[in-house]
Amino acid sequence: MGLELYLDLLSQPCRAVYLFAKKNGIPFQLRPVELLKGQHVSREFSQVNSLHKVPTLKDGDFVLSESTAIMIYLSCKYRTADHWYPEDLQARARVHEYLGWHADSIRGIFGVPLWSQVLAPLLGVQVSEEKVERNRTSMKQALGQLEETFLRGRAFVAGQQVTLADLLALEELMQPVALGHDLFEGRPRLAAWRACVEDFLGAQLCQETRGCILSVLEQAANKTIPVPPPEAHESVLLRIARIP
Amino acid sequence: MGLELYLDLLSQPCRAIYIFAKKNGIPFQLRPVELRQAEHLSEAFAQVNPLKKVPALKDGDFTLAESVAILLYLTHKYKVPDHWYPQDLQARARVDEYLAWQHTALRRSCLRALWHKFCCFPHQVMFPVFLGELVSPELLAATLAELEVNLQALEDTFLQNKVFLAGPHVTLADLVAITELMHAVGAGCQVFEGRPKLAAWRQRVEAAVGEDLFREAHEVILKAKDSAPADPTIKQKLMPGVLAMIR
Repeated sequence: MGLELYLDLLSQPCRAVYLFAKKNGIPFQLRPVELLKGQHVSREFSQVNSLHKVPTLKDGDFVLSESTAIMIYLSCKYRTADHWYPEDLQARARVHEYLGWHADSIRGIFGVPLWSQVLAPLLGVQVSEEKVERNRTSMKQALGQLEETFLRGRAFVAGQQVTLADLLALEELMQPVALGHDLFEGRPRLAAWRACVEDFLGAQLCQETRGCILSVLEQAANKTIPVPPPEAHESVLLRIARIP
Repeated sequence: MGLELYLDLLSQPCRAIYIFAKKNGIPFQLRPVELRQAEHLSEAFAQVNPLKKVPALKDGDFTLAESVAILLYLTHKYKVPDHWYPQDLQARARVDEYLAWQHTALRRSCLRALWHKFCCFPHQVMFPVFLGELVSPELLAATLAELEVNLQALEDTFLQNKVFLAGPHVTLADLVAITELMHAVGAGCQVFEGRPKLAAWRQRVEAAVGEDLFREAHEVILKAKDSAPADPTIKQKLMPGVLAMIR
C-alpha cells in the first residue's frame, strides 16, 4: 500500500505535514478526511485513528498521529536534509524548545477565529465577544513572544535554517490570516520570516496547500460550506466550549 | 559550572526531569525556583529563561527551556539506556506521539484540575476567596469531565494492553505521564480509583524509577493543599499567570 497520509488541509498541522512531505518529495497517498463532513468520526476513520484526529499517518500496519511525531518519523525514514530536524544536539534542542512553547501558546489559540467566525455560526452557536477579544489578546501576546524570543537574532524560529518547527508555526498563523486577520501588519520581523519560509517552500506549493483554507471566508459568504452532520456535532460543540 | 537544572518540584514537568536526571545518574546542580514566591518572574531568572517558566536548563552558556526539549537533550547528551527513547524508528515514534499528545491534552487537564479544585473552595489556602468566583462549579465540573476523557484516552489509546505507554519498556512517555497524573492526585482527584489498568501501570513505573526517588520527587505536590498562603504582593504578581491557566 505504501505511505498514506490522512489529512484535511483546513487543519493547520495537516498543512504542515503536507508541506513537509511534498517539499521533500516523499511519495504518499493522500487520504482526505473532511472534518466539516464529520469524516473524522466515521467508523472507517475511527479504525485508523480512534482519537478521530488528523493528521494521521499509516505506513503498512504502522499508524501514527500527532504532526510533530509524523514529521520526525518522515524525516528519519526518508532521510530528509539535516536542517529540517538537525542532528546537532543543541540545534535539535531548539526545535523542541520551540515546539513546547508552541503547544502552550499557539495551539488552541490561532485556530479560534475559524471556529468563532465560521464553524460556530454553522451550528447556530455564538462565541461571546469577551472570548473573541480574549483570543485576540492571546494571539497578540504570542506574536510578540514569537518575534522577541524565537526570531530575535535568528532567521527562523529554531535557528538560522528552516526546520519543521517553522512549518508548524507558519501554518498556525495562516489560519487567522485566512479569516481576515492581518497578523503580519506592523510586524516586519514576522513578515520577513514568513517571506523566507514561503520563498523556501515555493509559491506554488504554498498555494496548493492553502487553497482550501484561503477560500473559507468566500465559501461561508456563498453558503457553500457543508454543515457538519449530527454525528460530528458533539465534537464540534465541545471544541467551541473549550475556547477560553 | 556544569549542568544546572532550574526546577520547582511543584511543577509536573520539573518532576519528570528531576526523576530522569537522578535515575540516570546525570550530575547536575539543582537551582530551586520557588513558583509560590514568584521567583520565576525575577529578572535574574529571566536571564536563564526569558519565557519565565520552569523547568529550565543551563549547560555552560547554553540555556534551554521546555521539558520535552530538556529531556531529549539530556537523553542524547548523557547517552542514557536506549529504552528511555529508543533508536528504533517506530518505537521512538510512539514516544514522540505521546509526548506531543499529552501537552495539549492530559497536561492541560491535570493542570486545570489542580487549579480549579484549589480555587473552588472558600477554605482553600493558596489564594484568597475572591478567586473562587472565577471558577464556578460548572467550570470545575467541565474540567473534571475533560480529565476523565483524557484518562480514558490514556488507557484506551496509549496504554491499551501494553506494559508501558509506548511498548514493553519504560520510556520518557511514562515519566511525563505519571508526573502529570500525580498533579491531579495532589489536587485530591483519585485518578487511579476504579482504573485498575492505570493503577497497575503506575506501580510498574514507580518500580522502574525506584520508589524512593518517586516519593522524593512527589513530596512537594502531595503537600501542596496544606501549604501556607502566599503574601498579597506575591499573589498580585502570580495572578495573571494563574488566570491564564485556569480559563
